[in-house]
Amino acid sequence: MENLYLMMAPLFSSKLLIVLFFGTLFGLILGVLPGLGPTTGGALILPFTMTLDPLSAIVLLTSIYCAGTYGGAITAVLINTPGTPAAAATCLDGYPLAQKGEAGRALGMATVSSAIGGIFSVVVLVFFAPLLAQLAYEFGQPEYFALAIFGLTMLASIGDGSPIKNLIAGAFGILISTIGKDFMTSIDRFTFGINELSEGIGFIPVVVGLFAISEMLTQSTLLDQVFKRITLKAVKLPSIDDYKKTWKTILRSSGIGSFIGVLPAEGGTVASLIGYSEAKRWSKKPKEFGKGSIEGIAGAEAANNAATGGAMVPTLALGIPGSATTAVILTGLIIHGVRPGPDLFREQPEFLYGIFGSMLIANILFFVFGFFGAKIFARITLVSNKLLWPMIFAVSVCGTYSLNQSLIDVWIMLLFGVIGFFMRRYGFSLVPVIIGLILGELVEGTLRQSLVIFEGNWLMFFTRPIALTFFILSFIALIFPLIKRKKIKND
Amino acid sequence: MNNVQNKKRANKSSLPFFFTNSFVVSSIIIIISFVLLIVAFTFDIVPPILNRGIQPATFPKALLVLIIFLTLIVYFLSLKIPWKKEKKLPKQFFITLYNFILFVIIAKTLDFLLAISVLSFLISYFWGERRIIYLLLVSILFPIIVFIFFETILGLRFPPGIITNIYYN
Repeated sequence: MENLYLMMAPLFSSKLLIVLFFGTLFGLILGVLPGLGPTTGGALILPFTMTLDPLSAIVLLTSIYCAGTYGGAITAVLINTPGTPAAAATCLDGYPLAQKGEAGRALGMATVSSAIGGIFSVVVLVFFAPLLAQLAYEFGQPEYFALAIFGLTMLASIGDGSPIKNLIAGAFGILISTIGKDFMTSIDRFTFGINELSEGIGFIPVVVGLFAISEMLTQSTLLDQVFKRITLKAVKLPSIDDYKKTWKTILRSSGIGSFIGVLPAEGGTVASLIGYSEAKRWSKKPKEFGKGSIEGIAGAEAANNAATGGAMVPTLALGIPGSATTAVILTGLIIHGVRPGPDLFREQPEFLYGIFGSMLIANILFFVFGFFGAKIFARITLVSNKLLWPMIFAVSVCGTYSLNQSLIDVWIMLLFGVIGFFMRRYGFSLVPVIIGLILGELVEGTLRQSLVIFEGNWLMFFTRPIALTFFILSFIALIFPLIKRKKIKND
Repeated sequence: MNNVQNKKRANKSSLPFFFTNSFVVSSIIIIISFVLLIVAFTFDIVPPILNRGIQPATFPKALLVLIIFLTLIVYFLSLKIPWKKEKKLPKQFFITLYNFILFVIIAKTLDFLLAISVLSFLISYFWGERRIIYLLLVSILFPIIVFIFFETILGLRFPPGIITNIYYN
């Protein structure tokens, strides 16, 4: 009961409500614009959050996360281009339905299922995050090491694209985290005599470079692209008949999305694809999929928004991000001096439940904004790339510079922009780099501390039941793509 | 006749292995990793009393070996299933890259704000914007708004330069 009251606290704070209002609005705009999204937007807004108190800062970031994930659907339905990668599956049926003159119905279903998926995942978050945090009390250094390894292997296993390329990207991310002074012995590593690198490479220059600048370079290759826009008259609430057809799909996808979200992976993107394919598998009319099936839209959208709450579970309970955007949120927490993990649940419940409550409100807010304002948000896509991207560049550069007031950070951002562009071009996912970077210190630190505890005996890792369980799960995660491929071949 | 032509085209596009994307990308990753591995061997060695579990160089070395090993697997898999062929990069991509270099030079030598302005103007122009009002909006008005916003709200002090010095003085 007390926790419920704490959850509702944001409703009684005018400051938090204003933050939620603008966060949701900003998130929707970011989601609608192809190439941008909650990850890039969150990274760009991070410096601004320094002017806010920790709760307001994280509320701002989480509302951007929830609304941005939904916003991608508007572009997916109206111009057949996912505003965010998580909305890719929405294009498959959203656009064909819009082409049939039912854009309002398609967006109505996307809005309703996104909101239900999002709210469902907040409930999962409220129940499971404290349980996981409780379990985490049993974790020592070896368990955290095994958990981080499990996170990275899961990323390779269920991430987008080739599992081996994902592993390379993850290892690259961890390698970046080793740049600078070794945190245990103060020995310089990969600094090449550059003093500014002694402190290591910051998270923000890498994220902004990999997502915003690399996207800018990608956009420079797509200038000839012409979007066919579908006119939207108004968003329509789904009919009773639509609800009858989709309620099972929405619930199933909400469950799938929340579960996938909890696993460290590409959160919404993978969740929406699985949600969509499961909706097709269970549908009475699977042949309608790809031709404008309302179930297809519901399946994809409920899943990608359900992943938002799910991804927050390991982020808050263990300090292990469940997705790229939650990695940004985790950075926000650290910048504001909040250390996620089991102690946070015991020491600052008002802070945590404030986040849970504001995520719930953000899901309701984007439903209202999406329902009444989708037509206006759709017009944002009319802003020409020739004007939009130079402006994003200006904000990226100033935002990156502002954190440490260091020009080196800006050069690093540009370098990672170029690296990110070529990684994407050749099929390497960027998300593992981000997760690797944020988990790098944890992986190395816990490994070394474990070895001190074990007096250098590596085999001792396997004597710890929780660590052993994570290692077995990591092994399964690694061989899972091989089994899947073999099964597809046999089928 | 058509089949013969198609066959000719296919032969023309089947490049020697060292021209394939997978070979070039794998080689670049392996060469860079190898160089970094050599660098990792030059890291200072900590005496046993200060050593925490493993030497500071051990972890990066293990990562680099892992990257090289995985890249080799990726390459050998690409022999079986070749990577999809990428389209040639357009002129605008290279112009954008050159503009980044120009941005670094101007920001280092003249002024940070001026560099943002010049880059915004050039990118917008080379991406096809010709309306002077919009070019001015993007290259002058917007950077000034961003500058003032960061300066006043975040209390950020921009690096010295010919324009920022006028503002600060």
